[in-house]
Amino acid sequence: MQAFTLLTGTAIPFGQRNIDTDVIIPARHLKAITKAGLGVWAFETIRYNEDGSENPNAIFNQSAYKGAPILIAGDNFGCGSSREHAAWALGDMGVKAIIAPSYSDIFSGNAFKNGILAVVLPQEAVDRLLEVAKEAEITIDLENQVVTTPYQDRFEFQIDPFRKHCLLNGLDEIGITLQMADKISAFEATRDAAKPWLPGAAGLDRKAS
Amino acid sequence: MSGPRTLYEKIWDDHVVERRPDGTSLLYIDRHIIHEVTTPQAFEGLRATGRRVRRPDLVLAVPDHNVPTTKRVENGALLPIKDPQSATQVSTLKANCAEFGIEHIEMTAREQGIVHVVGPEQGFTLPGTTVVCGDSHTSTHGAFGALAFGIGTSEVEHVLATQTLLLKQSKPMEVRVEGQLGFSITPKDVALAICGELGAAGGTGYVLEYTGSAIRDMSIEGRMTVCNMSIEAGARSGLVAPDEKTVAYFADKPRAPKGAVWDQAVAYWRSLATDAGAEYAKSVFIDAAKIAPLVTWGTSPEDVAPITGVVPSPADFADPSKQAAVAKALEYLGLTPGQRLQDVEVQNIFIGSCTNSRIEDLRAAAAVVKGRKLADNIRQALVVPGSGLVKLQAEAEGLDRIFTEAGFEWREPGCSMCLGMNPDKVPAGERCASTSNRNFVGRQGPGARTHLLSPAMAAAAAITGRLTDVRQLVA
Repeated sequence: MQAFTLLTGTAIPFGQRNIDTDVIIPARHLKAITKAGLGVWAFETIRYNEDGSENPNAIFNQSAYKGAPILIAGDNFGCGSSREHAAWALGDMGVKAIIAPSYSDIFSGNAFKNGILAVVLPQEAVDRLLEVAKEAEITIDLENQVVTTPYQDRFEFQIDPFRKHCLLNGLDEIGITLQMADKISAFEATRDAAKPWLPGAAGLDRKAS
Repeated sequence: MSGPRTLYEKIWDDHVVERRPDGTSLLYIDRHIIHEVTTPQAFEGLRATGRRVRRPDLVLAVPDHNVPTTKRVENGALLPIKDPQSATQVSTLKANCAEFGIEHIEMTAREQGIVHVVGPEQGFTLPGTTVVCGDSHTSTHGAFGALAFGIGTSEVEHVLATQTLLLKQSKPMEVRVEGQLGFSITPKDVALAICGELGAAGGTGYVLEYTGSAIRDMSIEGRMTVCNMSIEAGARSGLVAPDEKTVAYFADKPRAPKGAVWDQAVAYWRSLATDAGAEYAKSVFIDAAKIAPLVTWGTSPEDVAPITGVVPSPADFADPSKQAAVAKALEYLGLTPGQRLQDVEVQNIFIGSCTNSRIEDLRAAAAVVKGRKLADNIRQALVVPGSGLVKLQAEAEGLDRIFTEAGFEWREPGCSMCLGMNPDKVPAGERCASTSNRNFVGRQGPGARTHLLSPAMAAAAAITGRLTDVRQLVA
């Protein structure tokens, strides 16, 4: 996973409340075989007309915001279904951080698992950033837990220390477990010796009889 | 080392790599079975991060959910899967396995079948192991005294990369089924009785251990049926302590240990049973003699009733939310309160799924079908063996002919009509007597109406064209 330290970039002033994961990625795209490629379907019902053409009025389709790394959203972002595809789709459309007053628990967990920083700020701060985003870039400094603008705005935010550590160091859950590779190897060596019937049950070279 | 422990606690303790202060443990995974639906993004994640599969020798792949159950090879050539998305998922699994060095059982191999049938049949699943798969019915493998549970795609990737999972320990619950099962009462009836007793969420947070004389007397395949439906009672895992039947089951399995290692393994398996004096967090007792042939009448596996009974009324339930759910379920199923279950006509029969597609299931159904014909109102009747090896065994016993002569279709192995993901579906508004495990809205196809029951009961329904007490057809 890519480390998240300091990000300065365009922010999409979206701001809608109660955006559920069905809006972020509709169910019909769950039969996909990749996380990559889901970005084109992110916010499908907002971005596209019924005939499949792009809706030019959708904020995501405005040239200033295409591929922007920051999404500013409303309260209770990512509610509804637990589908991890929502985080996959956002990541694939280029979003590296979200700023909102609150998130569903499941979604914020999924975002974190996929290296997306979900910043929580009070509604007034979010409202101010929605304005700034229309004309300037926004900076998120994870180390110092602060969001700043070129206009001297400065909004501090809280984050779970464990998640902060993981994001700063680019550690996903697998990365963290892999830090314990020595312990796993030691366990494995003991196990394979004590239960010699367990290793080698499958493998490319093994011919099923 | 410690006081008396349950079977679950013994297996858990044996797999803890590290206990963490927050109450979670890093648990080692002995066996990982993968299929085409819940793995593509996991492999994609490995590729994106440049990670390898830590122990390819502990991973076995087999496609099952998307594979068609119609003929797969013609004139020596593989017939393509018609649905492009299904075809892509199946071919992606094969390509991922080749790339990461994982053994893949081909769709056309005689060993191919449903993951939960193939694992034990291959001796890949073994007693005392931790077994995971991206499928909630992984609980099936608990029948052998393996701690087995379903996982999500992120967890699949975690296991592929680390061979471990970060987990919180569940509480052990004893489900004691004591006494002798009545005439024509099968393990499926026991499983449905447990779902009815516990409710669909009664096992949430628990790992079930099935005990009592009815479980001890039950065949290994019967225990698989019972453990399979643990998840329908809310429990991620269900277990039966390994005994001499378990040991005998693995004696001839291809990947089971051999020689001196076999003796060593068996000694370990025999040490796993729950110690005298070990305590369960909860115990539930079921009188085996009181279990009747059961069918479901609703859209939750807890909605069970004896075949001799009637469709209940929402007013029969105390909980207002359950009353509303029952009313909605009856509307979906097109049933009226007080209607005799034996009067309910069915148009589709499905004998198969990871719950009931093994040789004993097919024998039980064939015994009812033998010498009889499908009722005129049956439009579709499928028998789908759980694996190619089950299919071969059934054919060697002549079961296929019993089914086809009666008018059933004899299919290739796969998940088939259990989940409405492949071409085998129940048409909207039609009813299916199904040996599968879930009667959810739309599970067997949009608008499909499912009645869960045993293979013998499904066979009886096929002959009469309605839900039927199998005891009336067998002397």
